[in-house]
Amino acid sequence: MSLQLLIASKKFLVGISILLFFTGLATIMPWFMPNPKAMIANPWEPPSNERILGTDLFGRDVFALFVHGINMSLRIGILVGLIATAVGVVIGAVAGYKGGIVDEVLMSITNVMLVIPTLALLIVVAAFLNVRNEMLMAFIIGITSWPWTARSIRSQTLSLKAREFIDLARMSGLSETKIIVQDVLPNMFSYVFMCFALQMGSGILSETGLSMIGLGPTDIVSLGMILRWALLWETIRLGKWWVFIPVTIAITLLTTSLLLINTGMDEIFNPRMRRL
Amino acid sequence: MKKPSLSPLFSHVCKKAVFYLVTYFIALSLIFVIIRLMPGNPIEQLVARLVAGRRGRPVFGVDRLYLLFIEEFGLDKPMHEQYFIYMQNMLSSTINLLTFRICPVLQSANFGISIMYYPRTVMDIMTGKLLWSLSLLLPSIIIGFVVGNYLGAIAASKKGVMDNVVFNISLFLSNIPYYCLALILLFVFAFIWPVFPIGGGYSFGRAGFSLTLDWIIDYLYHYALPFLSLVLITIGGQAIGMRVMMIYELNSDYYVYSKQLGLSERKLVNYAYQNAILPQITGLALSFGSIFGGSLVTEIVFNYPGIGLALYNAILRHDYPLIQGCFALITLATLLANFLMDILYVFIDPRIRVVYAGEKA
Repeated sequence: MSLQLLIASKKFLVGISILLFFTGLATIMPWFMPNPKAMIANPWEPPSNERILGTDLFGRDVFALFVHGINMSLRIGILVGLIATAVGVVIGAVAGYKGGIVDEVLMSITNVMLVIPTLALLIVVAAFLNVRNEMLMAFIIGITSWPWTARSIRSQTLSLKAREFIDLARMSGLSETKIIVQDVLPNMFSYVFMCFALQMGSGILSETGLSMIGLGPTDIVSLGMILRWALLWETIRLGKWWVFIPVTIAITLLTTSLLLINTGMDEIFNPRMRRL
Repeated sequence: MKKPSLSPLFSHVCKKAVFYLVTYFIALSLIFVIIRLMPGNPIEQLVARLVAGRRGRPVFGVDRLYLLFIEEFGLDKPMHEQYFIYMQNMLSSTINLLTFRICPVLQSANFGISIMYYPRTVMDIMTGKLLWSLSLLLPSIIIGFVVGNYLGAIAASKKGVMDNVVFNISLFLSNIPYYCLALILLFVFAFIWPVFPIGGGYSFGRAGFSLTLDWIIDYLYHYALPFLSLVLITIGGQAIGMRVMMIYELNSDYYVYSKQLGLSERKLVNYAYQNAILPQITGLALSFGSIFGGSLVTEIVFNYPGIGLALYNAILRHDYPLIQGCFALITLATLLANFLMDILYVFIDPRIRVVYAGEKA
């Protein structure tokens, strides 16, 4: 039933198609591309039939860098989404269900984290880390971006808590943890997934932003690293558009697709958003 | 009998002030803990980097240099003492900054000394950059908020083609990352069609402020692209949010009822708008942090001489005191903006105004 509704939503369909397209590109293409770090041609070759996106200052194939970059950005995005959503769901659900002093304490922490500027905090943390790998990047981004999720999951839990089947579960003597896991969470699964999509999008953006200012993973190619090189080599002044234009388009499309998935699902599962 | 009590508005403001003070305190403590918990000794690396430039030649006084930095950062003291010194310096520096550095007692509190610009203080460097950043940030937030909400409200109430056009353009604008839009604008308007400079905040030899027509034109010439890239994204984000809020309002009972009563379309939309704008204001307060973050990155792309570029250079050169100072300043600005919005909100929302300002309903 809901799957049919999902496919009927144009926004969701467009979003998921773009996401699947990039996922496919990033998983299949690296097998057919040369090692992105190999210097295989002359510097600054413009795009040609042989090399779709030309080469960079070191004669590396930009398209190979590009597909590896998307792969890395997607992986970090998924990891960030998982970490941030998990932390947010646990804090939000516990705060909403328990109420009282637990709720107060958890929500104070959330509110404090919410107003501290995340990007600035991330910059300081990353600047003080010497070696940054994929996991570490995902961890520091995920651990700073959960407060939004916690807040919205809490309000969802509050409204679910007032429903009769939760009362019934409580009367039958289930423990609080069991009620949260068995009755509360499954009933807002679509909502949790929507949070995940948003967190994944913002995770990709944060990673790219950090990489661009030189605080990204130290040993791998990500989309942000390509933008960083584009800035350092003054590609804009030199007019080497093939280095940065594809990356900007890819990042924008990726984050837009995740937001479209979110909005599409919102319009389906939230009747108030349906336009009749 | 009337109980003598503080006015509710005053206690509300106090409560908010305490919350933001505590948050600032926690943010600073968080940074202290993170820096101390990090693996690897930043001082050792710093000294290694300073020494690395003279490779091949014998280096004298490395030990002295090391000890100097240890002393400068107070790393030879026990942890709790370090924390106390750090907090004292940070908080008194903040007060010094907030009082426009007129208080003579606090003159020495300055967020520490920059490594990159030794012996200039972090405070000195930041106050110079702050004006550039704020003059870029504030106009783009205000104009973006007004225009974006107007467009979003129009789109939701007009429906049809107008809605589709505004929705899709805003969706694109609100989703394109700050750095991407900045890169694209720069490429289009500075390379393909070179009407604006490729970056920087002023032409060569025009760094100092002067109130001449030449200087102002030069300023605006460099200002246009960074401003445009910030304001477009703000407009997009606000329009998307406003459209959703308006749709909620347009589906609500009071709207449908008033419509059936035969109220004019204009009046109806106006009512809905007034209700929809309130959550938008709260949302704006909460998104200050990300807009601020976006403006930092935009500055870096445009080479615009604000806090963002200072932070970027500090990262490149591992200038830890400057990084720390920039973080404190960005956090402070975000919290202050939130605090002001909270107070403003009391006067805008009639429901809260009744409670706090003691106004008769």
